[in-house]
Amino acid sequence: MKEVKLFHGPNHPGMHGNFSVHLTVDGDTVKKAKPNPGMLHRGFEKLMERRLWMSNIALIPRVCVPEPDINETVYSMAVEKIEELEVPERAKYLRVIILELARIAVHMMSIGGIGGPTGVYTAPNWALNERDMILDIFEKITGHRIYHMYIVPGGVRQDINEEILEFIENTINDIESRLKDYYEIIFESPIIHKRLKGTAPLTKEQALDWGVTGPGLRSTGVKYDVRKKFPYLVYDKLDFDIPIAEESDAYTRLYLKYLEVKQSIKIIRQVLSDIPKGKVRNKLMGTALKWKIKEGEAYGKVESSRGEFGYYIVSTGGRYPYRIQVRGASYPQGLYGIEAGLPGTRLEDVSIWLDTMGVCSPEVDR
Amino acid sequence: MDKPKSNFFAPFKGIKYMIQKPVTIRVPEEEREAQKRYRGFHTNDWEECIGCGTCADICPTDAINMEKVPDYDAPEGEKDERPVIDYGRCCFCGFCVDICTTGSLKMSKDYIYMDEDADTFLYIPDEEGLNKNYPKEGYERNEDTDLLDLERIAMRYTKSKKRKDSFLEYVKGFSKEEAKREAARCVECGICTDRCPAHMDIPEYINTIWDDNLEEGVEWMYETNPLPNICGRVCTHKCEDVCTISHRGEPIAIRWLKRYIVDNAPEDVYEEVVLSNVSKEGEGSIAIIGAGPAGLSAAYYLRTIGYDVDIYEKEELAGGVMRYGIPRYRLPDEAIDKDILFIEKIGVNIHRNTKVGKDIKFSKLREKHDVVFISTGFMEPRHLKIKGSDHPDVVAAMDFLPKVRDFVRDKKQMPEVAEKVVVIGGGDVAYDVGRSVARLQNIKYGKVDVTLTALEKKEDLPAGEDEIQEGKEEGLEIYPASGPVEIIIENDEIKGLKTAECIALFDDKGNFNPKLNKDNTEIHEASQVFISIGQAPNYDYLPDNIKEELEFKGPQIKINEKTHQTSMDWLFAGGDIVNGPDIINGVADGHNAAKAIDDYIRSNK
Repeated sequence: MKEVKLFHGPNHPGMHGNFSVHLTVDGDTVKKAKPNPGMLHRGFEKLMERRLWMSNIALIPRVCVPEPDINETVYSMAVEKIEELEVPERAKYLRVIILELARIAVHMMSIGGIGGPTGVYTAPNWALNERDMILDIFEKITGHRIYHMYIVPGGVRQDINEEILEFIENTINDIESRLKDYYEIIFESPIIHKRLKGTAPLTKEQALDWGVTGPGLRSTGVKYDVRKKFPYLVYDKLDFDIPIAEESDAYTRLYLKYLEVKQSIKIIRQVLSDIPKGKVRNKLMGTALKWKIKEGEAYGKVESSRGEFGYYIVSTGGRYPYRIQVRGASYPQGLYGIEAGLPGTRLEDVSIWLDTMGVCSPEVDR
Repeated sequence: MDKPKSNFFAPFKGIKYMIQKPVTIRVPEEEREAQKRYRGFHTNDWEECIGCGTCADICPTDAINMEKVPDYDAPEGEKDERPVIDYGRCCFCGFCVDICTTGSLKMSKDYIYMDEDADTFLYIPDEEGLNKNYPKEGYERNEDTDLLDLERIAMRYTKSKKRKDSFLEYVKGFSKEEAKREAARCVECGICTDRCPAHMDIPEYINTIWDDNLEEGVEWMYETNPLPNICGRVCTHKCEDVCTISHRGEPIAIRWLKRYIVDNAPEDVYEEVVLSNVSKEGEGSIAIIGAGPAGLSAAYYLRTIGYDVDIYEKEELAGGVMRYGIPRYRLPDEAIDKDILFIEKIGVNIHRNTKVGKDIKFSKLREKHDVVFISTGFMEPRHLKIKGSDHPDVVAAMDFLPKVRDFVRDKKQMPEVAEKVVVIGGGDVAYDVGRSVARLQNIKYGKVDVTLTALEKKEDLPAGEDEIQEGKEEGLEIYPASGPVEIIIENDEIKGLKTAECIALFDDKGNFNPKLNKDNTEIHEASQVFISIGQAPNYDYLPDNIKEELEFKGPQIKINEKTHQTSMDWLFAGGDIVNGPDIINGVADGHNAAKAIDDYIRSNK
């Protein structure tokens, strides 16, 4: 039969964000796949070179919409490394709270999001509620729901009080009490079992070859997590596990995210009980309009919900960064992975592949 | 890893949610109030806002523009602009609130706005908020979020014990690290430039310190002020009074930063910058009478245009009030020499020891030069007419201060000072006298006994804050709100000064006319009285026919403010004899006069 070329996205319910894949299909089987980025391109890396060190904080969260805080963190970490700027202990704990809450929000959206390509529409609606509850916390801490602009070089912008700490605890207790429901409606669902098990397989070699990290790599049996391998902030003081699996398919990857949510809740509980008192921000010299960062270069990286995420920053000692390179966590699977991994997949499984591999389009396109 | 098993009934467990309360809110029927720190639409208190534009500078999305307020005449220290926010661009980061220099810009919890007209999204924040009904305050700046550096870097001084009998400069100046830290606090709003009589490019030269580019700093300074060494030490720094940082913190030490540049710019760089400013455009010759701030400033700028400039100075050294008025511990000779050296290096001729009218006739000047500029300053003392003020031990400030400088230069004898001294006056000059007397007393008697009496109340003293503080450290005692009544003389010797409480300085019409309460008097014991109640001009170098033609307003000469000309088109005037009262005003006057003289010569060609 003759091959047909299809445009998957950007207007497709199984597509996350303004991103599309050009598929060449033979019947229902994908023969060739070509990622087609560009619709979300805003030239972040170039824009950053023309903004003050402080002003960039308002720009970079947009590199990843669902999980903006990792951008602020890696940017701040790299700047702190170059400038040798100490971060107060309390600020480190606060950063962990923010990062883990964001991880829960993204994973819940991903777990619920599988309802889109599989037709189990109850789950996405529930999951958005969980995410919104976390956004309520963000609003309380940072003043905004989506783009927080909270983590800055030298610490965080504002301290939080006991009332907010209590609110966080209540919210995560609440979310945890409903995790069982997701277990039942998604992970025990015969439909999900049928649709996801064995779908979109990924081998260890492929993952290592492409440079996939995060739940994708861990689902193939490689225990790699930046939080454990290269501990940052206070992760070395916290007790948590890295769930891994041996055989990677869509189901395993999704289930790993579910297990990671539980670990994140565990982390947040420890942070809430251990958080020390003290200041939350060390500032750079002078007014923010004049901030300069020493000459030097540094790479700041964290474990995002999709894997290793980092910024490589080069400073020539001026008021603006000289060059910033973003390592998007889903860059490997979003560009190379699609071309190398999608062929052979059935057309209806393309969305499942993209969803469970965690392709975040603004991060690929940036 | 144990994976969950498939269970046919599992999905049906979701049915229980059918009987639970929904989590969604029915907007707009139900209103959801934002959290306490919410970064919603802005509010701005127009009374507090000074239009400095710092919010627009930090804005990452260029959403804030400063626009002129129509029909608004902004007072000193304020611009006539206010921020306009484009909500099509704003990302609600709140950095504008964090950096707001006055704290007028805030954010409300208001976050819903709908309108068909896109132009309404261009919003000029006021106190009512975008929806005109939202007083609820949202995000607020605090110590952690603040993006300004409010604390001034302390200047290092010689301790009062060490400086009490020394005429060496006691302000040590900033180190490189200190200067950079201080320069980093500036937000570059330029309100200081507007306030500076000479309109110096203050943010620009401060920037050069931060960028390690002092060469450019020297360039920026010579654009508007050829006496940076002097002004870097003794300027009255009006700029610091209006510094935007002073609204929430301590103002930038602009004067000390200026001094840092000139003290630290390498000599060759300095020379290159100053000498390269000279052009050969102008053709003409100008005579300047008096080598004070205005005369030197006019000379420099006229010479840079290419004119031949001759300054006639009656004293042995050039500098006028800077050389003979201000004490050496505040302004050392080296600083004055450096500024004058560069003015001479570009080709200005200074004829020292040349008194017009005596050594050279005024008519000769008129013949030799196209234009004559007079800037002879207020170098004579103003006399006080009270009982006993004609006693020989009553000394005028402007007679005493030159003698002190001469003494310090090791040329002449120490001026006479008594063990107990009273100084009448509360201005900078009175403090100069008091502090000089204190030093001389320390040298001669090993102790200080100086009392200052001022008409003004404590909070209104005309002297600078530094002077008052440092004077106190050096042992000066000040009696504010005290008007002199009589100098008590017994057996031909001064016994003290009688003062009465000063109730009001001005009369109902606003004229200076101190009102004294004679029932409340005090006697300050002293055997010598110094009078420092202002200075006066001396026009004896002008021929009578010229004097007759000139117009005066009080002691000052009246000029056409635009053209700087007196009633004779070839005779220009500037400095204290036209506008007072300090060095930087003199520098500005000299610069403006130079431009006016250039215009005049060009138009007469």
